[in-house]
Amino acid sequence: MIEPFSMLRSRTAVLPVENVDTDQIIPARFLTTTQRSGLGRHLFADWRRDAENQPRTDFVLNHPATAGAKILVAGHNFGCGSSREHAPWALLDYGFRVVISTGIADIFRSNALRNGLLAIELDGDSHAWLLANPGAELGIDLRSCELQLPTGEAVSFEVEPFARHCMLHGVDPLGWLISREADIARFEEARACRA
Amino acid sequence: MTAEVDVAPRTLFQKVWDRHVVVAETTDTPAVLYVDLHLVHEVTSPQAFTVLRERGLKLRRPERTLATVDHSVPTDANSWSAGLGDMDPAARHQVRMLGDNCGRSGVRLFGVNSRRRGIVHVIGPEQGATQPGMTIVCGDSHTTTHGAFGALAFGIGTTEVGHVLATQCILQRRPKTFLVELAGRRPPGVTAKDVILAVIGKVGVGGGTGHVMEFRGAAVTAMSMDERMTLCNMAIEAGARAGMVAPDDTTFEYLAGRPMAPAGEAWDRAVADWRGLASDPGARYDKRVTVDVSALEPQITWGTDPGMVMPIGGIIPEPAGAGHRKALEYMGLRAGTPIAGRPIDVVFIGSCTNSRLSDLREAAAVLRGRRVARGVRALVVPGSQETRLLAEAEGLDAVFIEAGAEWHQSGCSLCIAMNGDRAGAGQYVVSTSNRNFEGRQGQGARTLLASPATAAASAVAGAVADPRTLDDRERRIA
Repeated sequence: MIEPFSMLRSRTAVLPVENVDTDQIIPARFLTTTQRSGLGRHLFADWRRDAENQPRTDFVLNHPATAGAKILVAGHNFGCGSSREHAPWALLDYGFRVVISTGIADIFRSNALRNGLLAIELDGDSHAWLLANPGAELGIDLRSCELQLPTGEAVSFEVEPFARHCMLHGVDPLGWLISREADIARFEEARACRA
Repeated sequence: MTAEVDVAPRTLFQKVWDRHVVVAETTDTPAVLYVDLHLVHEVTSPQAFTVLRERGLKLRRPERTLATVDHSVPTDANSWSAGLGDMDPAARHQVRMLGDNCGRSGVRLFGVNSRRRGIVHVIGPEQGATQPGMTIVCGDSHTTTHGAFGALAFGIGTTEVGHVLATQCILQRRPKTFLVELAGRRPPGVTAKDVILAVIGKVGVGGGTGHVMEFRGAAVTAMSMDERMTLCNMAIEAGARAGMVAPDDTTFEYLAGRPMAPAGEAWDRAVADWRGLASDPGARYDKRVTVDVSALEPQITWGTDPGMVMPIGGIIPEPAGAGHRKALEYMGLRAGTPIAGRPIDVVFIGSCTNSRLSDLREAAAVLRGRRVARGVRALVVPGSQETRLLAEAEGLDAVFIEAGAEWHQSGCSLCIAMNGDRAGAGQYVVSTSNRNFEGRQGQGARTLLASPATAAASAVAGAVADPRTLDDRERRIA
């Protein structure tokens, strides 16, 4: 069951890299798990730590200033590549609740929203401001679909309405699908007749 | 059979979509889409089965699910002769859990010891489970492969795997359509892999986001099913939701007589239906691109995403921005220098992109009578156990082994490097797989994506090599 989401205030962590693929978010060697939990420690494993398992000081999540940030701002086409849902699981377990980019890959976006990780696509200008102001304190309101910048400016964003509804009210999409059982049965019967 | 009366001309995608809408999309809710075939493997399914069990839900249509093991199973001959004793305990647990889950729920499983086991995207078509007009999903992004048959096939996450297990349906917003017109005739030595790499180079790794690609044109019609699968397999690397090719006689010839394909009268009815799936003349697409393949060279990637690609005879391009600089630094390559002749350490021939019989033949044609260069490790990993047997029946295994390459059991192997097969930090790998992301083939490993012919030629040369220019005098006469 996902945690309802309506309003959040947090500083940002900024990762100004384009085409961040899910192999970077969580490398494949951590996918032998049969659980969803505990993946935060492997988030960006090979960007956070070097071959000797020492922290890479130049990586943004190793900067003390990003500790506790719940919003990740990343470059275009975030979450491309593999369909592994371990990517949003790892981001959530680490503490992120929002990912912002100018473009978010299809499967990642779907996986993120299903787990209560809000994936937001912004226009280039607002995104450029966020990249240029790492650590900015943002307010994110899913009810009004608005992002408040520290300058006082509000930027609106779009979220797929059903995913938004599910996130706001903690509705489980599987439960909703199951409630359409009669439609599914009718579809199957109609097909069987045609065959 | 009801006639599909519709005034507006429809695309292949639209026809398949329309047939599967259980509940139509509204502003507030996505469409409920029926799933004909659900493919399952060990890595992305355990958490989904667990959710069903915890909630007391049963599988709605277990007969529409087909499972196999591919990602984390060892392929190495030594590992198999030792009874897989060296298998990672977590991976072993995952494989066992898939067996338990399938056993409990009545899902057909091609398990570790099955002769029909293999990479999920290789066995679906090989067994005839993949058919035109179907909706197919799998917890794996390369599910796009099955679009080669005119199916609407796409990757999903584990939560959605659970949705499909429980309801045989998936919630989807209708994607947009993207026509990729492949014009002209491929020159000799230029493969389907080279074509799709060039397409990705042109549209970019995010260029297909939100769209279903349809590949069409003379170059597509001329392709075999294996080649069309290579094409659709990498549609996801352009960010596309799916890739599709309209079914035609090539498709039907491939499928006829396969174990899970319709037979007898049902076959005739199916083919008659499938012939109507092709896009109608005048059907509209949201986006289009045309690529003329007649002047194409073999392609190879130089960077850390599949869009960072170049002709093999070319010069590594000057970086356009920070992403390219980061990629060149990771790859240890210099702009302005040729890529051909760059020494390499490993060659991988395999993966759901290029591990079918025709791919193995293509590699064997280069390796026959030649030797893998000293210091280069070459792995040949067939896509399925059946492919492996077919290859052995025509002596391809002997060609590889005599050349000094390793002949493996089937699986994903070095494409995703989670089964024990991996490359070392800093090593250069010419790979027929689909992703050259940082660390994909092992921490710090550097991947150069190319066709089986280019990979085999590079194995012989010990360096990146154009398969068209290998010296025939080097061949030992068998």
